[in-house]
Amino acid sequence: MKTAKRHMRLQQPSRRLAILPTAATAGLAPGTARFSASPATPNATSVPPAATATAAKPITSLLIANRGEIALRINHTARRLGIETTTLFTDPDRNSQHAHCSPNAIPLGAAAGYLDGPRIISLAAERGIRALHPGYGFLSENASFADKVKDAGIAFVGPPGGAMLAMGDKARSKVLMEEAGVPCVPGYHGSEQSAGALKEKAGEIGYPVLLKSVRGGGGKGMRIVETEEEFEGQLESARMEAQASFGEGGEVMLVERYIGRPRHVEVQVFADTHGNVVALGERDCSVQRRHQKILEESPAPNLSEEVRQGLWSKARDAAKAVGYVGAGTVEFILDVDSGRFFFMEMNTRLQVEHPVTEAVCGEDLVEWQLRIASGEKLPKTQEEIEKRMKERGWAIEARIYAESPERGFLPDSGKLVHLKTPPGAQTADPDAEVRIDAGFVEGDTVTEAYDGMIAKLIVRGRDREEAIRKTEQALKSYEVVGPSTNIEFLKKLCNSPSFVEGDVETGFIDKHRKQLFADEMVKDEVFIQASLGLLEASPGQQLGGPHGEPLGFAAPTSRKFEYRVLPPDGTADGEIVNVVVEQDGPALYRALVIRTGQKEKLYENLVSEAMKPEEKGRKVMTFFPTSRLEAKLVRDTTATGQDRVTVFQLGGKTELALLPPSWVAKTGAAKMDEVGVTAPMPCKVLRNEVEEGQKVTKGTPLVVIESMKMETVIRSPQDGIVRKLAHKEGDICKAGTVLVLFEEETSDNNQATRI
Amino acid sequence: MPPPRVIPRSVPLRASCRTAARRRLHSNTLLPVVSRILPSSSPSPTPSQLWCITRRSVSSFSHPTHASAASVLRSNIDTAAEPYTTNLAANTSSVSRLRSLTSRYSLGGSQKAREKHVSRAKMLPRDRIAALLDPGSTFLELSPLAGSGLYSEVDGKSGEEKEVEIAGGGIITGIGVVEGVRCVVVANDSTVKGGTYYPVTVKKHLRAQEVAEVNGLPCIYLVDSGGANLPHQASVFPDRDHFGRIFYNQARMSGKGIPQIAVVMGPCTAGGAYVPAMSDETIIVKEQGHIFLAGPPLVKAATGEEVSAEDLGGGDMHTTVSGVADHLAVDDAHALVLARRAVAGLNWPMKDFAASNGSGSKDAKGYEEPLYPAEELIGLAPSNLRLPLPIHEVIARIVDGSRFSEFKAGYGTTLITGFASIYSQPVGIIANNGVLLSSSALKGAHFIQLCVQRSIPLVFLQNISGFMVGSQAEREGIAKNGAKLVTAVACAEVPKFTVVVGGSYGAGNYGMCGRAYGPRFLWMWPNARIAVMGAEQLASVMGSVGKKGKDTEELKERMERESEAVFSSARLWDDGIIPPQDTRRYLGLGLQAAMGGRDPGSGNKTRFGVFRM
Repeated sequence: MKTAKRHMRLQQPSRRLAILPTAATAGLAPGTARFSASPATPNATSVPPAATATAAKPITSLLIANRGEIALRINHTARRLGIETTTLFTDPDRNSQHAHCSPNAIPLGAAAGYLDGPRIISLAAERGIRALHPGYGFLSENASFADKVKDAGIAFVGPPGGAMLAMGDKARSKVLMEEAGVPCVPGYHGSEQSAGALKEKAGEIGYPVLLKSVRGGGGKGMRIVETEEEFEGQLESARMEAQASFGEGGEVMLVERYIGRPRHVEVQVFADTHGNVVALGERDCSVQRRHQKILEESPAPNLSEEVRQGLWSKARDAAKAVGYVGAGTVEFILDVDSGRFFFMEMNTRLQVEHPVTEAVCGEDLVEWQLRIASGEKLPKTQEEIEKRMKERGWAIEARIYAESPERGFLPDSGKLVHLKTPPGAQTADPDAEVRIDAGFVEGDTVTEAYDGMIAKLIVRGRDREEAIRKTEQALKSYEVVGPSTNIEFLKKLCNSPSFVEGDVETGFIDKHRKQLFADEMVKDEVFIQASLGLLEASPGQQLGGPHGEPLGFAAPTSRKFEYRVLPPDGTADGEIVNVVVEQDGPALYRALVIRTGQKEKLYENLVSEAMKPEEKGRKVMTFFPTSRLEAKLVRDTTATGQDRVTVFQLGGKTELALLPPSWVAKTGAAKMDEVGVTAPMPCKVLRNEVEEGQKVTKGTPLVVIESMKMETVIRSPQDGIVRKLAHKEGDICKAGTVLVLFEEETSDNNQATRI
Repeated sequence: MPPPRVIPRSVPLRASCRTAARRRLHSNTLLPVVSRILPSSSPSPTPSQLWCITRRSVSSFSHPTHASAASVLRSNIDTAAEPYTTNLAANTSSVSRLRSLTSRYSLGGSQKAREKHVSRAKMLPRDRIAALLDPGSTFLELSPLAGSGLYSEVDGKSGEEKEVEIAGGGIITGIGVVEGVRCVVVANDSTVKGGTYYPVTVKKHLRAQEVAEVNGLPCIYLVDSGGANLPHQASVFPDRDHFGRIFYNQARMSGKGIPQIAVVMGPCTAGGAYVPAMSDETIIVKEQGHIFLAGPPLVKAATGEEVSAEDLGGGDMHTTVSGVADHLAVDDAHALVLARRAVAGLNWPMKDFAASNGSGSKDAKGYEEPLYPAEELIGLAPSNLRLPLPIHEVIARIVDGSRFSEFKAGYGTTLITGFASIYSQPVGIIANNGVLLSSSALKGAHFIQLCVQRSIPLVFLQNISGFMVGSQAEREGIAKNGAKLVTAVACAEVPKFTVVVGGSYGAGNYGMCGRAYGPRFLWMWPNARIAVMGAEQLASVMGSVGKKGKDTEELKERMERESEAVFSSARLWDDGIIPPQDTRRYLGLGLQAAMGGRDPGSGNKTRFGVFRM
């Protein structure tokens, strides 16, 4: 209904994008000039079209210079507006969704292809593409790229290079902001970059201080320095990481006051080429891990109207100060204790979490971007936006990542063996109650080459409480098997009393670590249904007819299943649980659950209905004496060399490994694990921390690896002697590659006896 | 039944004729057909004439459901009255007795022997079988009560002769599904007297091989036996159907293309060594399975050579040096997985029984269960064999949808014959419903001929006191007519199955496909009795030939005991005592076994030249 309205609006004569074979379109490929924005709209405010403002440029074709969900997201809106889209893909993305979503897809070669600005521009120019959308990340905040795109006669869907440059340099932006009356965190943003000078400044500002690369973003090259003593060490480490992430110039650092209980609140702004700027509400992105956001919401909870209006107006001032055009986000740090907020930075692009703003405003921000890029005015005034926001309630975005929260949010990768999204979820629709913007479908592989975000789940509710409840519901029906995900963690977040109360801050996860990472006992029913499902899936069950039930006077045959619970933290010592199942009659079973340290428990009269196997996995419906439970089982024997069974039951996910029979170990298959340490994910070896022959204890750092631009220390799982370091610095390793081999424990004794 | 409604031949009917005719005239489709079926010389009748003349009192449209409806058996049992209640009480107690006996036997040997077995990291034989078979399939065990009460030994301490329990004859046999292939499994139970072969063990082993051979099913031997039981060697070793026959059978079956797979999980000494040696493919468990013609003590005695069992005939040696075994397993579970792999590699022609059951899934089966509960069979089985057993009631609880197309229902009514299906497999059923008369014998012979012509397996439901006696019967030629039935039964080359649901006496046993007539399987209900004649008759016959008094009483008692089902089952006169309510499933599994083998004609046609070995 509302979508239809949007279409209607497009066709109203007053707002129609008319065919204008003007000078601007002349010289372009024929047939591409189908619509352009009419500058003479009745909506025009008092500001007359500036002479210097870009003349109405029709956007008829669009190059989406990005990948994954955002490429799909942009494509979705562009196609709806009748724009011919072209997407790009690199070799690792050859089979990805965004490579297939557009009618035209251009290969870029190696994984770094998305950063090859000149190549992308020349491709767009060759094909006569009229506009380029950079998405987020990659080249989206590269000012020189933006300028070069414009020089090539292609509309850049984003701010002018100048504005980007002004905001991109953190030190410079602070100066500009202070001039514009936007409050900034006290700190040093100068050019004196010697360690000594920076340390002195830090002393002036007062510890704890925050060290940050001027090029920084996404938490990379950022360090908190608690005391003077550790300043140098942290500075060096931050510089190294920044250089690795941002290249030359990344080592330039700024020092700031570190705010102890900060909240991350940001304002979505939009500016057009006619001098209008609006703020589309704020977002709270305080729930972060590794300085990266995982839960975002709009509006920000527990904020007075005064603060809110203050944020909006300062955000608009910030945008105006740099002559901003298009979509941008002004990030503020809000001190929970004092209620004061400071300008942090401005992101000169569309952000990952833009859908929460779309949900509360009911607007398609990509459409806004495209309209503004074609020279149109802002579709809505500040008053109109505020009125809509009041009607539309609350929105929450949860980012579904391929990562392991229990292992310090270590990124993961791999094939999505099974992927089921919550029922009724829609894509790229601001009016959806439950929206999923995803770059992957079942069977796709999350590669280590790029960010591990599988999808964004955006849920809209009447108020915050409803939004949280609905988010949890949606997460409960979100099933992913393959790489580890943060879905279980997100569910716990939704259940966290502090989060429900809106008592958020950027240190939220650390503060509530105990509650969020509490060990949960897996219920007996999970093991029982896993066993029943496996039994029902066994080939003998297909025999039907006289088979299945016990026969004659003999006791029924019992089947014993041995499971190991796979703890989410990836450790190998999960609980071992045995289940013995006997079939007493048609669809009638009994099960004995044997767990260490507990009394054996017998479950009788279990009626388990054989359900039709699904494409992936199998549903099991079991009537327990006091309840009826439905479970989904997905068995995966491919990825890990392990016979892995994932059980989704009552909205929770449990990963189990079917223990291999005793003979597997004896036959010498897969013996490596016990004496070696393997790479947990595809990675590059940064350095070995030990030497061959060195004696190590459990927990000693062995190897430092880098994956997805994150450094990870691999620690020794045991006491022992390092026999061999399998890889040297700079080696690229696949997941599961042996990194360190230990001497076999008994070797000393053996040698002694042999001599 | 309400009287048929009489419709007066008056106006309304004619009116309806006319309407129908008018409808037809307009439809244009019927007319060409009419002109084709009527002789061209005769003047074409007008449509209205046609419809009025050919009007009949019955419908000419035979829907398939009509035939099916006509054959549904109606049950007429009062489960609250005699004799149902008496039977139920008597049979329930015998069923529970058998259940406890069977569960005791299925444990195998003594607690001590089992603990010792497990402590050596060996799997118990029933666990081995469970691990070997496809989960979800049902193991059709043969004669689990074999050996019951057969042997006694002099106790070393007291010097008294005491019964020894040879549970299941020290061997477990049956038909199971391995990788989708129905196989005969023969597993020694070394917890029972070291798995040594008593006479009944040999008999049970040979019976399993016979089942494999006649049904064309692959054999898997789980070998864990100390060889022949030496004190019984005279009744184990020399005769035709003794120990040597095992290897003879292996060779002959292999020759017929029936695969022989051995898994050596324990000792295979002397003659036992030939089980793996004669198999097509052999798996041996390291440091557990041993194959040698003479064990280390005998070797030392004979040649003075001192050698360990493992060096003499262990798995390592046989798989690397002698080549007696083909695959080395590290433990029982591994060996069983290798056996499953061997079966998967048989390239066995899969018969998709599931296909005839509809889509193969349990939800969409192509057959109907009987309309009446099988549990009622317990109350139907006569606890006193002089009482009649309403055999239609039994059939109604065994066959698909309780549908039975009876043949010659009105002739020779003491024998019931007819067609039905069990799990979609068509069968011909021959069931006693009283004493066999000439007419019933003739009817049976006729029906068997029908089934043979149509390749339909035969199911005999035996409850027979014998053929009719007396001058009238003899004058009718009961001997020659009975001979016809016996001839038909003996010669019928279709799979035959016999279930003794009551008595099995005298020549009736022959006419109704007793053990001597080669049924693929023969099962007994708990209440069944088998003997040359009833104990009372026997006593009176003996009395009439001069033996009287105490001896006769003793004889009668002994006869009672010896005609019991357990007595029969202990001696392998049958393939097991079955709970009456499981009869349908036993027959279903038996039919699948009989139909699941390899067609004998399809063996390989390769002929080798002479190898110089």
